[in-house]
Amino acid sequence: MAKVTLIDSNHLRLIINRLCYQLIENHDLFSNTVLIGLQPRGVFFAEKIVQNLKQIAPNTTVNFGKVDPTFYRDDFRRSDKTLLAQPTDIPFNLEGKRVVLIDDVLYTGRTIRAGLEGMMEYGRPQSIELMVLIDRRFSRELPIEPTYIGMSVDSYDNQKVKVIWDDVHGNKVSLLTEAE
Amino acid sequence: MEKTLSVKHLIGIKDLTKEDIELIFSQADEFKEVLNRPIKKVPSLRDVTVANLFFENSTRTRLSFELAEKRLSADVVNFSASTSSVKKGETLVDTVNNILSMKVDMVVMRHSAPGACQFLSQHIDASIVNAGDGTHEHPTQALLDAFSIRERLGGVKGKKVAIVGDILHSRVALSNIYCLKKLGAEVMVCGPSTLIPKHIGHLGVKVEHDLRTALEWCDVANMLRIQLERQDVGVPYFPSLREYSLQYGLTKEILDSLPKRIVIMHPGPINRGVEITSDVADSNQSIILNQVENGVAIRMAVIFLLSQRRRTQAEVN
Repeated sequence: MAKVTLIDSNHLRLIINRLCYQLIENHDLFSNTVLIGLQPRGVFFAEKIVQNLKQIAPNTTVNFGKVDPTFYRDDFRRSDKTLLAQPTDIPFNLEGKRVVLIDDVLYTGRTIRAGLEGMMEYGRPQSIELMVLIDRRFSRELPIEPTYIGMSVDSYDNQKVKVIWDDVHGNKVSLLTEAE
Repeated sequence: MEKTLSVKHLIGIKDLTKEDIELIFSQADEFKEVLNRPIKKVPSLRDVTVANLFFENSTRTRLSFELAEKRLSADVVNFSASTSSVKKGETLVDTVNNILSMKVDMVVMRHSAPGACQFLSQHIDASIVNAGDGTHEHPTQALLDAFSIRERLGGVKGKKVAIVGDILHSRVALSNIYCLKKLGAEVMVCGPSTLIPKHIGHLGVKVEHDLRTALEWCDVANMLRIQLERQDVGVPYFPSLREYSLQYGLTKEILDSLPKRIVIMHPGPINRGVEITSDVADSNQSIILNQVENGVAIRMAVIFLLSQRRRTQAEVN
């Protein structure tokens, strides 16, 4: 399996910084805005964003929750993989809030659709934006597009984009290609 | 290593591994959160139809299964033997095959014959969940009991659980013993010697005939009902209910005289004043209603895990 590093830890830090400033530009003090990480891997990315926001703007309080798309997926009983749920934790009311949904890799858009449906059970937000670290362009199966993009990547279907969160050995994003 | 259940049916706890039980618990945690939401329903099982076949009476278990199925968005058909063609002489396999030919994906069954679910699993394709088969097993009850202990005491491993009452006729007792032992708890059964099966010690449980000794030993006491409907054999197992109650009934006086606060459980239905008095059943040491609440989450987890697509043997190879 061939492996190419798309983003190393320094580059990743810059991207997270930029995305945080974009968020602040659009949401100012986050008074009516909440951030929701998509389980399982989007939560790691969302936690980095929240952490970084606190450093940039120590006086703002950012409401942060997690949503799990498992029960809302459209491949239940179609996929060979066992789907297992992770905790959903939305400790606030979503009614009328501006929501930023956060995931690490956007590919077909189906996970995002399931996450949106799961989230809407908690109320009717005023608006929902989508932030992703990696946008795998031209591979969407649903009409879902991100508002904030860390990096756009062109890839084939037999490739995988893997985000590794490892604070000790460095965070990175790799493009994996299966051997022919 | 991908996590999945090692079984296609839930016939008994005996067939499950410790990992299976822990997987069910982890999913039940998430379903418990779903049940506390304003909208207590998820769309996962939209394309699944479940038949609840109750050849024996039940209120709690049947309602609990039905709620679990509905909260997963499954279609539900109910069947009770008293109003069906079973009375006209149809066999079990024929009855179930007729129901399955109407495109049912899963069967939840309670039957008075031990092994009925096992038998059925050899003849039909659909997944089967045992909701109690005679005096054999009642797996979802044992799972929700252990889940409730885990919730109250923070874990099951190393805890001491006494099961008190009619062990001989109780499917809850057998399933509980398997489940608790697999999770690393210590188990003691307590009751009059006529109601304790011979050789039960081979399952790795302690046997005690004195209620106070059992209660002083345990962290959790699971009080079982006397199953009078299964004791109709001519020779009584004990002289009278009053005498049973005096020796094995859990009262507030006994409970308060114990050196530590133990947790009280009961699988229901309660016969107040026989195996347990009202003030004990309603006390804050009792988790009887938590058990009922957890029952829905556990059954949702079991149905959710069993209804996932399974690779056929050919696909695996």
